Parts: sequence; structure tokens; C-alpha cells
Amino acid sequence: MSVKVSMKVNGKPAAADVEARTLLVGFIRENLRLTGTHVGCDTAQCGACTVLMNGKAIKSCSIVAMQAEGADIMTIEGVAKPDGTLHPMQQAFKENHGLQCGFCTPGMVMNALDFAKSHPNPSEKEVRESLEGNLCRCTGYHNIVKSIMAGARAMGGKI
Amino acid sequence: MNAPLIGARIQRKEDYRFLTGAGQFTDDVALPGQTHAAFLRSPHAHAKIASLSIEKARQAPGVLAVYTGADLAAAKVGGLPCGWLITDVNGQPMKEPPFPALAQDKVRYVGERIAVVIADTAAQARDAAELIDVDYEVLPAVTEASRARGAAAIHDLAPDNTCYVWALGDKAATDAAFAKAAHVTRLDFVNNRLVPNAIEPRAANATYSRAEGSYTLYVSNQNPHVERLLMTAFVLGLPENKVRVVAPDVGGGFGSKIYLYPEDVVVTWASKQLNRAVKWTSDRTEAFVSDAHGRDHVTTAELALDKNGKFLALRVKTTANLGAYLSTFASCIPTILYATLLAGQYTTPVIYCEVTAVFTNTTPVDAYRGAGRPEATYVVERLVETAAREMKIDPVEIRRRNFIKSFPYQTPVALCYDTGNYEATLGAALDMADVGGFQKRKDESLRRGKLRGIGYACYIEACGIAPSNVAGSLGARAGLFEAGEIRVHPTGTVTVFTGSHQHGQGHETTFAQVVADRLGLAIEAVDIVHGDTSKVLFGMGTYGSRSIAVGGTAIVKALDKIVAKGKKIAAHLMEAAEGDIEYDRGVFKVAGTDKQKMFGEVAFAAYVPHNYPLDKLEPGLNENAFYDPTNFTFPAGTYVCEVEVDRDTGTTEVVAFTAVDDFGKVINPMIVEGQVHGGLTQGIGQALTEGCRYDEQGQLLSGSFNDYCIPRATDVPNFKLDTRETPCTHNPLGVKGCGEAGAIGAPAAVMNAITDALGVKDMPMPATAHAVWRSLQKKAA
Repeated sequence: MSVKVSMKVNGKPAAADVEARTLLVGFIRENLRLTGTHVGCDTAQCGACTVLMNGKAIKSCSIVAMQAEGADIMTIEGVAKPDGTLHPMQQAFKENHGLQCGFCTPGMVMNALDFAKSHPNPSEKEVRESLEGNLCRCTGYHNIVKSIMAGARAMGGKI
Repeated sequence: MNAPLIGARIQRKEDYRFLTGAGQFTDDVALPGQTHAAFLRSPHAHAKIASLSIEKARQAPGVLAVYTGADLAAAKVGGLPCGWLITDVNGQPMKEPPFPALAQDKVRYVGERIAVVIADTAAQARDAAELIDVDYEVLPAVTEASRARGAAAIHDLAPDNTCYVWALGDKAATDAAFAKAAHVTRLDFVNNRLVPNAIEPRAANATYSRAEGSYTLYVSNQNPHVERLLMTAFVLGLPENKVRVVAPDVGGGFGSKIYLYPEDVVVTWASKQLNRAVKWTSDRTEAFVSDAHGRDHVTTAELALDKNGKFLALRVKTTANLGAYLSTFASCIPTILYATLLAGQYTTPVIYCEVTAVFTNTTPVDAYRGAGRPEATYVVERLVETAAREMKIDPVEIRRRNFIKSFPYQTPVALCYDTGNYEATLGAALDMADVGGFQKRKDESLRRGKLRGIGYACYIEACGIAPSNVAGSLGARAGLFEAGEIRVHPTGTVTVFTGSHQHGQGHETTFAQVVADRLGLAIEAVDIVHGDTSKVLFGMGTYGSRSIAVGGTAIVKALDKIVAKGKKIAAHLMEAAEGDIEYDRGVFKVAGTDKQKMFGEVAFAAYVPHNYPLDKLEPGLNENAFYDPTNFTFPAGTYVCEVEVDRDTGTTEVVAFTAVDDFGKVINPMIVEGQVHGGLTQGIGQALTEGCRYDEQGQLLSGSFNDYCIPRATDVPNFKLDTRETPCTHNPLGVKGCGEAGAIGAPAAVMNAITDALGVKDMPMPATAHAVWRSLQKKAA
């Protein structure tokens, strides 16, 4: 069964006819060809597929595209400024070596953006707890934690 | 002249694309006419395939083809080769049973591929795969190494399920030393089976061009040239020049993406049959059963000591689980990369190690971060710590009494350490970890109801694999050199092509630092290209912490040639004798004068050769080099771990972890620290949270992130790191490699700390809360 879905992605209208079972991440990756959002597991554990839906971090592997009908979605491709300047959270990851292979990174950044809205000056413990739903196999989290603490301070509670 | 770049904390050149979602991983590649593959996998660990019916699947919507093992056999597609021949204790070659890409008549582990369905969409391919009917005659399965011999034969070629029995060292001398020992410490343990779990699952996307008669394979792989060589020469029988392998951005490897996998072979073969691009992307469930696993040793280890705690001999007997088939480098991991490291940092005069490698009905086992060396370090460092406790000698003091202090040092297990300073890393680690204050911290923990323990590990590893002739004499079926090319552009910027492959290590930055420093360029003027057999001249790839030591040296050798040619050009331009030209970081000078030419001027002259010695010198400035190392490199260090155990719940928290490593010269400390953080976390994972479990029928019980716990951010502490440098003596950069150290040293340090906290001799990894709690109950009872 094919259904039409339409939503706003990175500020632009996006629509497609998809199978009803199409996951939001499938719509983003396959229909829109926005391949920065990744799939690292099939049990909603790893968080590589994290996007913002109406400003809130969600795992795009865990809902079907239809559930995002009419929503405002932000993916990693929509985070930097239009001229390519990195967002303060992205910049913090770069400055603090918060990424290695780069596969979990988009999910880490998207989750951190949501977290930092309500935690403008988080403690290390708060940051580690915020990463409950995001797995990284390269960095040992040490520098991701540093990155998010620095990024959150630079954001001052605003995306 | 620019500031020196060697040793500088340069931010990574590759970060921007990953941070903006512009990385290109294999699954991100969509080719014209793209189709999708799904594999039907065995649900049984050991079974005969009585019948196989694919008709319903063939008729399903969107399906283009269904292929089985019979199709591959008819097309004369060969089995997957093993890259290392081990010769057993009787001088016989190891048993090498066929490893078909799709099962032939029999399946030997859960997850083995039986058929592939190719369809217009991935969902259609998966749906259709479920329509394949298979009748199985289920056979008894064996999963544990210790029970493999005597179990139902898995391969006709190995009726006792034994691949080889291999030994290293002097057995008679070792036994004689044990007979005279004042004290013997013995431990029996399992080095737990691990699943590498790079967060990017494996993927392969192949396309065929009838016009060119050529294939292109995009694949999540650590060594694209090796992948191509194995696939063309041994499996598909294709001309190498007609196959391009691209390993684009790769989301972590940790060893698991070294190998040639059946899926890579099948999609490549199928792309020609269908004349379409065929993509397969693993999901995590498939990854758990089909990516090569790591470790899985059962070991008895004994250390003989004199009355002063001096090590007299080490005797080790290990049974290694290879899984159902020989993966690409499986055979060399529990032998060449294991037994040779058993000297550790110590002067133990005689060592004997015997390894029995067995087949079981489990996923093939191969190299995983550290590959043999974590297992060796675990043997040595658990024994040493236990011996110290038994003999009531301080564990630091017993290590000091046995350290190797002069170099080069020939061990009794084949390796010759070129350099090191184990006291330097130990001393620094003790200071940083404030070992003197431990008792106070322990008392404070106790007041909160927590048991605090401290553990050490002084590890060594052999990296920079390897001198090809040495490896060849030990059974390697390939060379282990590396290649690099420096292409200087007319305006003086540079593109470097390297046979090393980056999948998180930051080569695009580290290698650029090496080149920019030598040529006096800004780092932005140097780009690193890797991972494409059509661009890079050749490469043996990235594993065994070899990239900077071997790949980096190949680049330096090519740089030497660039500078040598540049001197000739500069001499001509400045009308001086070539012997009078001095070169330093981008500046060619005539010795004793103020005459000089910058690197960019020399490059320009090479490409616009109007004033140029064309009768003696070719135009252009482009050099390549192959480098074959003369020895391994030997990174070493000391790790100190402190844990707190909750007596009521058994929960263990790593409250402090100090690591002082000697990686030789460090090019980019920021990147090196990142490598150590990641390695330590995987090592802590092995010790505390990760462990494969099969049931008796061979079903993988720990087959998802719900059941197999790779560490989360709350499972690890902030790490305290430092380095000491004894430069490697046999490569020009003085580098040793840093990728695996953390995973090698951490498990022993953590387990030494936990056993100290609990006051028990040993406990198995992973030391989960349940296992620790049970150990506490047992002790109390």
C-alpha cells in the first residue's frame, strides 16, 4: 500500500509516495537522499538515526514516515548555516576531537542540540546520562562529553 | 617557513564532512539501476540441507534473481581463501576446509548464507527471501572450544574438528625451569568471545560495465587492494585490472572489515549476471552473526618464579575457537600474533606455548582490535599480578624486578624488541594515578559501603606488521609492505595517495602533517587520498596499528625522492652543484650563501621546464615508494585501573583509569589520545560488559545491542593519559603505532583491579554485576 507523506525537512517542503511501512529514516535517506542520517542497528539502541522532530530529538528508525506527517524535521544536513559555517555544537565536536569514523556523529550532534536547549551549562554526569541512547565505538565518549559540554555553553540554551 | 607540524594538535581535516552529513559511506552510494540483495541465512548451527526450493521467491514482486550455492558451484566460483598457512607441530599444514560463499549441501553456523535474493527494493528482497523453503536435517552442534574435539565432525577434512596443534618455544627447557621453581602460579581462564560492532554495519555495492568488461565494488572494508586480490585471484578468477574496489568512508572497522566476506563475492558476481548494480547492507542482527568475531580462547597458564619473585619460565596451553570456517587471517591470530607476545615486558628466560585451534558451529573468529596481543597480555599480566599477591610482593615491585632494561632484546618467543623504557611509563603512571594515596581512597570507599581495588597492566604489543620475509617464513601468503605516492602539482600543492585506509584514525590529518611539515607547506595544501584501487597504486591496508609505521614510512620514502629530485632542480636553477644544496622544510639553499629557492618555485620549474636540465632530468614532480619494514614496532605502556564494587548489587564502576603509553614519536597528540580513549573503552567493555553467549544448539543469545552490551557513556570514566617517547629505531619517523594499545592493556588492568577489590584469585570476563555479586556471595558463604 502506497501513501503520500509530506512534511518540512530542513526548512523546505518534502513529499513522496511511500509504502506505508516506510520508516522515517528510510524516507529521509532513500526518498530525499539526505544520507547524513545513519542506521546503525535495528533495535533503537544506537541513536545514529537521531533527527529533530518539531525540535525534539527522536530516533527516525522508530517511527514510520506517516507519523511525521506535517512535522518539522531537522537532519544533520540542516544544522550548519546556509553559507556552510558550522553550528557551535558542530564546531565544538571539531575542536574537541569528538568524532573519529564519523558514523555515529550526526546522531550525537542532533541529540546534543536537543539536550543543550535545556542544559546550557551541563555537568559531565548530565552529559554522560544524556548519551544513554547513543552508541559510539570509536571515541570512548571522553571527547564527545567534552564536545557537548563546550557546545552547550556556546549555544546558551538556543538552537 | 611554517611552524613545525609534527607533534602539533591539528584539528582534523576530515571532520567537516562528517559533521555536516556529507560523509559518503557505502550504503550512501546509490548507483544507476540500483538493485538490492538480501541473504537467506541458516537458522541452524549444524544441518544438512535436504532440499531447497526457491520458486516462490523467484515469483515474488520485484524479484530479479535468486541464487544458491549450486549456481555459484556451476559458475566455478571458488571458496574464500585463508591468508595465513600455519604448519602444525608435526610439520603438517593446517586443515583448510572449503569456505563456500553460499552453503553447499550443509550449513555449519547460525547466520551462514544459503541463498541470495536480488530485487528492485531492499524490502522486496527481504520479503522474498522469507519465501524460500528449506528442509534441514539438523545435526548435533558444538560451540565451545573445549568440547570441539570429539564432537560431531563439522568438516570432512577435519574429523576431530582440529585445524592445527601448534607450538612455540623450548618445551624441555621450560619444563626443567618449572621443576626448579620456588613458586608456581597457575590460572585457568577464558578470554571471552567478542563481537566487534563497528557502528556502521558492513555493506557492499557492486556494478558491472559490459562496455568495459569491468566491475566496481564499493565496500565497507579496511584494505581494498587486499580485498581485490583475494577476490579476483582466489574466488572469482577475474583479471585484477578489470576490478576496481572502493572503500569510501568506513564507519569503524576494529579488524572486522579486514576480511573478504561472502556477501562481497556474491554481489560482485551477481552484478555481472544481472548487468545491474547490486547492493547489500547488513542490519545489526545480521552483523552479530556474520561479522567475524574476536578472541574466544580457553587457556591454562603457569608462571614459575624463584624465591625472590624473579620469573623463571612461562608455560601456556590454549585452545582457540576459530568458528565454523577459516576467516581471512583467522589462523595467525592465536599463533603468530599471540604466543610471540608472551614475554611481555619481562626477562622470562624460557617460554613454551601450545595452541590447539578448533572448528565449532559458531561464527568465524578472526582479528579484533589487538588480535592475539590482548589475549597474550591478559595471560601475562593476570599471572604476574596473581603471583605477586601469592608471594606477598608488591605488584609494582615484582614487575620492576623482571623488566627488560637493555635493548635490543631478543625474547625466547621469536621477537626482538628494538627499544623501550618500561620504567619510564610505569613511573609516570604511578605518579599520575596517585598510587600512594590509594589506601586512603580505599578506606573512604569502604565507609560508603564500596569495595575499592587497584590493578595494573604493563603491556607490550608488536605492531607495524610486518617484514614480509619474516611473515612469509611464518606462513603469510601475502606481503605486508605499504605503498605511497606524492603527486606535487605545478603550483606547489600536493596530493598524497596512500595504501593505508582510514576508518576513524584521522590519516587525512596525520599523514598531511607529515607531508606538509617536510615540504614546508600549510596543511591545507596537502590532501590525502586512500581507499580506491583505481587511484592508489597499491596498498596492504590498515590493521595491527600499522598505518603510521608502515604506510607513513612509505610516504616518507616518497618524500625523500621528491626532495632528492628537487635538489637537482634547485641546483640547476641556482647554478650550483647538487652536492651544495641543503634542504629544510620547503627551502632549498646553496650552502654557505644566501641563495635559496622555495619548494613551490622548484615544483613550478618541474612542470614549466623552460629553465630546466631536460637532458639529465625528467620534468614533473611525482614519486612513489614501497616500504617493507625491517622489524615490528613495539609500543608498550602501563595502565592503572581503580574500581569500586557495590557489595549489594555487584555493580562495578571504573572510577579512575590512567594510561601512560610509549608510542615512539607522536605526530598528533590529540588524535593519539582519541585512539587510546577508544581502545581503552573496548578493553573495559571486554572486562565488564561484553561477552558472546551461545546456547547448546548454537543459537547466538547475545545477538543484539539489547543483549550484547558495548559500553555506553556512563560505563567509562574520564581517562588520564600521557605518553613517554622512545623513538622506534628502524623507521624514519620513529613511530610505533597507537590504535590497539588501549584494547590490549585494559582488560588485564580492570580484572586485576576487580580481583583486588573482591579479594579473589580470579573471576571470568565479563565481570557483570551478576557475576561479581555471585563471586561476593560465594566468598561470604
